[in-house]
Amino acid sequence: MQLSDNWRPSATLATLKQRAALFRAVRDFFSQRDVLEVDTPLLSRFGVTDLHLENLTTELQAFPKLPFFLQTSPEYAMKRLVAAHQTSIYQLGKVFRDDLVGRHHNPEFTMLEWYRVGFTMTQLIDEVIALLQLTLGSLPVTQLSYQQAFLQTLQLDPLTATVAEIKAKLRDYSHVAELSAREDDRDTLLQLAMSVIIEPSFCPKSITVINDFPASQAALAQLCRHDSRVAKRFEVYVGGIELANGYQELTDASQQQQRFEHDNVLRQQHQKPERMADFRLIAALESGFPECAGVALGFDRLLMLQSKKDDIAQVLPFSISCA
Amino acid sequence: MANYSTNEFKAGLKIMQDGEPCNILENEMVKPGKGQAFNRVRIRKLISGKVVEKTFKSGDSVEGADVIDMDLAYLYNDGEFWHFMNNETFEQLAADAKAVGDMTKWLVEQDVCTLTLWNGNPIAVTPPNFVELEIVETDPGLKGDTAGTGGKPATLSTGAVVRVPLFVQTGEVVKVDTRSGEYVSRVQK
Repeated sequence: MQLSDNWRPSATLATLKQRAALFRAVRDFFSQRDVLEVDTPLLSRFGVTDLHLENLTTELQAFPKLPFFLQTSPEYAMKRLVAAHQTSIYQLGKVFRDDLVGRHHNPEFTMLEWYRVGFTMTQLIDEVIALLQLTLGSLPVTQLSYQQAFLQTLQLDPLTATVAEIKAKLRDYSHVAELSAREDDRDTLLQLAMSVIIEPSFCPKSITVINDFPASQAALAQLCRHDSRVAKRFEVYVGGIELANGYQELTDASQQQQRFEHDNVLRQQHQKPERMADFRLIAALESGFPECAGVALGFDRLLMLQSKKDDIAQVLPFSISCA
Repeated sequence: MANYSTNEFKAGLKIMQDGEPCNILENEMVKPGKGQAFNRVRIRKLISGKVVEKTFKSGDSVEGADVIDMDLAYLYNDGEFWHFMNNETFEQLAADAKAVGDMTKWLVEQDVCTLTLWNGNPIAVTPPNFVELEIVETDPGLKGDTAGTGGKPATLSTGAVVRVPLFVQTGEVVKVDTRSGEYVSRVQK
């Protein structure tokens, strides 16, 4: 990505007006549903442990030598609010990820994240679809489990296939054949198949919901009670664009602690810096966290879809190249 | 040659793949919110000319290819090699039939062509976008005909065959677009 010396905005005035209207539409949506708007700190003592997410870090003069982390998602702080007040909340604000830059990626972007106390994953999926139908029009909806999606597209069962079987299947696809031949990590192979083969096959003008991800990709979702091979995690796409990721939230503090520790083991294996587990989140869960479902949705991508733009820069006042 | 990380991938970067120098045409990052990031790239293999799509794990690195483009004037063909000269240094380079390929039909003496060199050896020759060549053979056209009808085939001095309007005659020089192989206009001698 080239940096630009141009002072001009990367979005047109018409798009900025559409952006402002979408902010209003989202706030109206939650206000009508009696969900409280919050704005948690973007600067926090804790970063994210997830192997594939990197925080930007900084230091404060007030607390010398202590790293502070710009948040990749307001998840931990929002969950502490949920634990304290047992009420549904949403947040519409900036987050930061130290990622590459691309047509769908800007290191600073706007996230819409919300937590619904008492909701099941199914109820929350319905609410995400309602928001998408409201903002993008009445698109048809397809809902598949992760397993069904793999069976349909690749005739491969992601829950039972061995690493060798996954590799053998991916060999049939010329654009991933070489990478899959030298890769032996099961989740990396599944993510490769998902991102590069399955997602691009989703129907372009419809909403696709994928639920029940493998337990190894549970992130902060509960495992299914009747099938511990899968987690109550879902992703929502419009066409091939990933828009939202949600969970039936893990409420068990000790399981949460174990996942933090497991993430750090993976980080060590991949020569990435370990991230201290957010002990305040653990304490919040211990205090009694209600059954709840939560989801994070990329606001800028939603606007891209609504305004039919194919580069995220076109919906941001200033993309990173001219920020 | 240096290695490049996928973070440095961009259109125009030359990398080695399958033992062949390649030019990246398109690079797209695919990064799920949760999970491994990948780079999907479209590359053109510079020797076979094939365009293929490949996927890399973001952060992987690949070997770079020592490929440069040089502008050189075409001199002559000795039957085996096509000889080119740098007009500033007068240094000469010879390209073989594999490198020249079917571009041989657009090579005009003194025209400046772009030679693609891999490790110093020519692997491809790109003629100028427009060349002027004499017609050595074409059927006599009908009087009063204007451009716009189907035209007729004409053989040029290099052996290239292009469609020309019916009024264009043997012995005339025509301007041709080498990218499409199409007739552009007649040239005043």
